[in-house]
Amino acid sequence: MSRIAQFLFRRKGGRGWHWTDIVTWVWLVGGLFIMFGPAVWLVGSSFKSPAALAEFPPTILPYITQKVTVSGIDKPLDLYEVTLEGGKTVKLAEVRRVGVVSQMVDPSNPGEVIKVNISQRKPVREMSFASENYTGPFTHFDFVRYLWNSVFVTVVATLITLIVNSMAAFALSKYEFRGRTIAMLLILATLMVPLSVIMVPLYSIVSALGLFNSLWGVILPTVATPTGVFILRQYMLTIPDELIDAARMDKASEWQIYWRIILPLTAPALAVLAIFSVVWRWNDFLWPLIVLSRKELYTLQVGLSIYSGELNVQWHFILAMTVVTMIPVVLVFIFLQRFITTGIAGTGLK
Amino acid sequence: MKADIPGKPGFNFGDAAMVPVRFAMELVDPPLRWLQRTAGLGGMATFFLLPNMLIFGIFVLLPFFINFAYSMTGGAALFLPDRNFVGADQYARLFDCSNYLDPNSCAEDTFWTAVGNTGWFVLLQVTLMIGVSLVTALILNRDLRARSFWRAVFFFPVLLSPVVVGLIWKWILQRQGLLNFGLYGLGFEPHAWLNDRNWSFAAAVGVSIWAHMGFYTLILLAGLQAIPKDLYEAAEMDGTKPTRVFLRITLPLLAPNLLVVIVLVLIRAVQIFDEVYVLTGGGPGTSTLFLTQYIYETGFAAQLRNPGLAAAASILMGAVLVVLTLLQLSLGRSSEKKGDRK
Repeated sequence: MSRIAQFLFRRKGGRGWHWTDIVTWVWLVGGLFIMFGPAVWLVGSSFKSPAALAEFPPTILPYITQKVTVSGIDKPLDLYEVTLEGGKTVKLAEVRRVGVVSQMVDPSNPGEVIKVNISQRKPVREMSFASENYTGPFTHFDFVRYLWNSVFVTVVATLITLIVNSMAAFALSKYEFRGRTIAMLLILATLMVPLSVIMVPLYSIVSALGLFNSLWGVILPTVATPTGVFILRQYMLTIPDELIDAARMDKASEWQIYWRIILPLTAPALAVLAIFSVVWRWNDFLWPLIVLSRKELYTLQVGLSIYSGELNVQWHFILAMTVVTMIPVVLVFIFLQRFITTGIAGTGLK
Repeated sequence: MKADIPGKPGFNFGDAAMVPVRFAMELVDPPLRWLQRTAGLGGMATFFLLPNMLIFGIFVLLPFFINFAYSMTGGAALFLPDRNFVGADQYARLFDCSNYLDPNSCAEDTFWTAVGNTGWFVLLQVTLMIGVSLVTALILNRDLRARSFWRAVFFFPVLLSPVVVGLIWKWILQRQGLLNFGLYGLGFEPHAWLNDRNWSFAAAVGVSIWAHMGFYTLILLAGLQAIPKDLYEAAEMDGTKPTRVFLRITLPLLAPNLLVVIVLVLIRAVQIFDEVYVLTGGGPGTSTLFLTQYIYETGFAAQLRNPGLAAAASILMGAVLVVLTLLQLSLGRSSEKKGDRK
């Protein structure tokens, strides 16, 4: 035993344990539970039936009370394990409950009603994954519609973001022209104008353009992001001008230089911006909430928040819908997290 | 990041999927060649800049300027020409208080409640956020096995949408939730946390820290890793105490990053909305009503919409943000200069 303990608690370089090592591991392991625990709990809960969700204390895994059909009774009945007076245990189905007395029948012999005190019975539990939580929203709510709206907004906004911002970054990094500084300053200034400051006039402009209650009204105001221009411009500045001069010598037009030389060489930065943009647009909430007032136009985020704010929250559906909403972001986290973290550490922008 | 120039581009435009893109790009080339011939290189620069500038202009700059006009008009009409000019009345209404320390004495009591809540929120959240992120960054900067894994652990919630964050915690903090289950195991009575004025405020602070701390940890960690290792080696050789190393080496060299992070957290905290709105809806009562929600509800969601009043409140908030952003930019610039000198 002590050998194993020694092996487990050995330290690099044979140093002993310092109190900071203990703090480190408590912090990290605690962090693991606090950061992932809530999301894992949500995913686990999303497989529970409404009855299991209402239980307190809750179970970790989705259990439900087993049901049996008894001849002569239409509804399936809950199955209980009952301790009889002789100390024998039998499985009985509950027909009805009156106060503390439960009227039960033996499923194999439904004619005879046995009266049992409820303290003597324990439900027979079985594990069951409530997949109808996931299939239900497709029929109960316009879930497919919301999913499609979110995907449409995310994909289109990201494509436009990449094109528009890379063009601007190209102009700002590879051309000398009057007003370049002013353009840079203008873009910089927009960092200071967050949505919460301009939402009233922005709403009126979007309405005046006929984009109220339209997915384009959600997409267009977000596509010219200063962060995007910055990331791309910084990157394009490192592309040697000689390449462009050589292309001009070969009679390439400026447009060809942009999409045949600059864009392919900027691919890594474009990929980072694309990942950012997908996460931003997928997660957007306040602006879609303002622009979209018709149900069939809601994005997932808006739909989720509206349904979760209703008086009778159907948590079993909300939980499953939340899990589906999380999936793309979790995929990004698993496969592309590296790009995002280097992007943030490099630019300090989100 | 730096572009490396390979013999073959990493992004292969010859891919079959790119054929239509390539075709479209070649299709626009002739008219653009004509544009280049007539307008010259400067004209092409304008052409490349134009789409971005148009979108910025229409959806950011224009609203920014007409916001001032909105704040000086009254009524519920949406479009500016239909609204009547009221001068500084909206501002006067916001500031109409008999006692500035008591929101209930104001004409717009919810505004001052929101201002007060936001003030407390900023104070608490920024302090705790900096503390938690700094400790996490220091721990991640230690000689750890699988550091990138642990870094990812703390980064995970940053990617989640505010709505998902709000719902995850609403589910945990509700009466039959996980937190009450844990406390019940320890012998405590279940408590409806989000129906309690103080606890719901604490939940708003805690959840917003949970959701964003990974982001700031990342920036601070990058700062810590940029500190030259030989300084620590020299200190170790001199037998310097760890607290002294922290105060004399780590903290001063991290200061520029730390300042930028503090201002970033401040800017975000002032605008807090999404996750708290989903978590508590601003309640119970007005205990978690913050400025952005006040603006949103005054301008859009209330029975009697008052865009002018919302605009005036948003301009006041914008003024605070502009000061903070200018602070951030000047700090960023001075830390960049330091980096150049190295």
